[in-house]
Amino acid sequence: MLNFSKLNVLIIYIIFLFIGFFSILNFQENKIIDKKVNLGLDLQGGSYLLLEINSDNLVEEKIQSKVIPIKKLLKDNGLNYQNFKINNQNLNLIIDDVEKFELLFFSKKDNVVNPYLDNYRSFELDYKKNNNNEIEISFSKFGLLTINNSALKQSIEIVRRRIDDVGTKEPTILQRGEKRILVELPGLKNPERIKSLLGQTAQLNFRLISENDEFGSEELISENGEKLFVSKRIVMSGENLIDAQPSIQNQNNEPTVSFTLDRLGAQKFGRATTDNVGKRLAIVLDGEIVSAPNINEPITSGNGMISGNFTFQEATDLALLLRSGALPTPLLVVEERTVGPDLGEDSIKSGVTSLIIGFVLVILFMFFKYRMFGLIANTALIANLIMLVGILTILEATLTLPGIAGIILTVGMAVDANVLIFERIREELKTEKSIIHAFDRGYARAKITVLDANITTLIAAAILFAFGSGPVKGFAITLGIGIVTTLFTAYFLARHLTSLLVLNNNKEIKI
Amino acid sequence: MTNYNFSSKFKLANILSIILFILSVVFITFKGLNYGIDFKGGTLIELRSINTDISSIRNSLNDMKLGDVNVKKFGKEGDFLIKVEEQGDNNNIIPKIKQKLSDNLNSEINFRRVENVGPKVSAELLQSGIIAIALSLAAMLFYIWIRFEWQFSVGAIVALFHDVIITLGVFSLLSLEINLSIIAAVLTIVGYSMNDTVVIYDRVRENLGKYHKLEIANIANLSINETLARTIITSVTTLLALFSIFILGGEILRGFSFAMILGVFIGTYSSIFVASPILKFFKVSYKTLEKEEENIIS
Repeated sequence: MLNFSKLNVLIIYIIFLFIGFFSILNFQENKIIDKKVNLGLDLQGGSYLLLEINSDNLVEEKIQSKVIPIKKLLKDNGLNYQNFKINNQNLNLIIDDVEKFELLFFSKKDNVVNPYLDNYRSFELDYKKNNNNEIEISFSKFGLLTINNSALKQSIEIVRRRIDDVGTKEPTILQRGEKRILVELPGLKNPERIKSLLGQTAQLNFRLISENDEFGSEELISENGEKLFVSKRIVMSGENLIDAQPSIQNQNNEPTVSFTLDRLGAQKFGRATTDNVGKRLAIVLDGEIVSAPNINEPITSGNGMISGNFTFQEATDLALLLRSGALPTPLLVVEERTVGPDLGEDSIKSGVTSLIIGFVLVILFMFFKYRMFGLIANTALIANLIMLVGILTILEATLTLPGIAGIILTVGMAVDANVLIFERIREELKTEKSIIHAFDRGYARAKITVLDANITTLIAAAILFAFGSGPVKGFAITLGIGIVTTLFTAYFLARHLTSLLVLNNNKEIKI
Repeated sequence: MTNYNFSSKFKLANILSIILFILSVVFITFKGLNYGIDFKGGTLIELRSINTDISSIRNSLNDMKLGDVNVKKFGKEGDFLIKVEEQGDNNNIIPKIKQKLSDNLNSEINFRRVENVGPKVSAELLQSGIIAIALSLAAMLFYIWIRFEWQFSVGAIVALFHDVIITLGVFSLLSLEINLSIIAAVLTIVGYSMNDTVVIYDRVRENLGKYHKLEIANIANLSINETLARTIITSVTTLLALFSIFILGGEILRGFSFAMILGVFIGTYSSIFVASPILKFFKVSYKTLEKEEENIIS
């Protein structure tokens, strides 16, 4: 175990130098290799938000949109039905010929009512028979999944646009599971504005106001407390907006939002305003009236303006929301963690202090315990730390406060490998006359134990990595990598150093 | 090499372990664990405000009807930690509390840390924490089962249960908070304790092969003594690192490092006084090893 070929030695030190080189990158600005250990939000300060979509409303809307096509399908094929009812997420009806209905309902050809989802090998809708001829139509498992997934994808896109528009530095926006969006905003001290921007779906539509409570209208309260009957028919919606900017109206210095419509939107808006001059148009945002101005003249330019007693900040935010588009479903903040920058700095300080002190204590202890071999173990320990940081850099891992704790713990536990080996050598020296043989045997016999002992900790770290969240994951990473570097440094670097020491003066060796 | 007679103390130690284990289970069941917001849901606010005290913070939050509010000092002078139980309306609670505090306290407030965990997420975090611990125990069991004979596997797993339950028992007794980092600590304890047990087991296996005539109690005793120096040195270096975190690492890591310190003591103890006696209980001998080899051959 003490014989190293020149090639082996070369490989060992090249690996060490290569990985070690990356650790230097953290302390130096350079443009060639842009790799660094990232600081977690708990160290650099910032906000972590976990958002959840709720697609219930969307499902209800979608099932309602199926009512007319289904009725049409039944009528076109001469199927009689009665008691057609909409219940939240499903439709109930009594039908004469269920078998014929089933054939039509599950037809793969040109099925507009119930399209076949190729990627899931399933229809969008499903039905079940309650009794006799009463059936209940609802979305199939995969139909729901499709709605959910597209809502999630769209939400992520809108969230990204809104956050980019606010202009925070290097935000991270990721999908988490089937219903959640993870948002990390480094350096952000107060997430309230972002939270309020993400908390609104910002569904904007323009609807005409009717004189009285006629069919197809609903009663809404206007911005100045007026009761208005607003038609449910949407003249134009926010989808047709291509730009929105805050602006100040010249006459009375009132902040407003001016918007530009796309071609289709301009056409629709032009027609509606031409036909309804003199009437009032309600601008409705998320079910609430923002304002309800009079249509004084046709607006055909495709440009318009929304006023509504805004402050300039409100006008800015509304413009941002309209520019970014509407969220398909409301988003709920289900987890939020914000760390101020000064706490982050304090954490780095205390983390680094305890790392240095812990490191010095371990090094002193090892030196007093093993002297010359303590120095070897300590050299291995330093190399270990350098490699640990190097690998973290190569992986561009995120260092968290628990991650620093993992490094300190690695310092404490890494010497174990060398202690196991040295203690084994001590035992071998009692029975073995040849010092070189004793060292050789010591290394060989301790090998299995060292492996066994470290693999157990590695298993714990891997499970923690798989199940841990956020900062704790950082701990699992440093602990896990620490074990790998420990094995390398103990079994290659320290062993080589030991062999140099032993082979060169094997008479006076004491351990 | 030392020559302490560990095996003569096995019985005494086992009685002690059983008592501690039962006490821990009783505490965990009846007193319960003090879950932090990670697992219970709710809001946590760490703030720094020099001219404030606990009672004025508490008073200013009192009329908000927040239910269970916990205010305590946290580390340095002027640092406070506020914990508010789960409210239902998580999206708006933080700005409301911040506003209220800013209005009522007559000094500048620095909100250093704000966390809010909703009921769904906290339930999931608790679940994945429990799964992680269970899975790590299972993985250890499996690893030892592959590397050793089943008797060793049982011994190791009993020792691990012993460590985890007693650590949690102490946390229950002292009403210390259980949060995500404590789960990390428990998993690391599992790894560390296993590490310690494996070193002794490795030696037991080696000695079983060497000394066919020795009783398992003597073999265990010999193996513990042979590895004792290593056991102590590694515990010392690990504890040096851990105490350094505990004392200097700041308030956030205190619970984590305390759990780990506790775990190193309990884990070291259990490798010697729980994992080893179980080999004696199963009357493990060199034949146990041979049988296993025969099985593999046939």
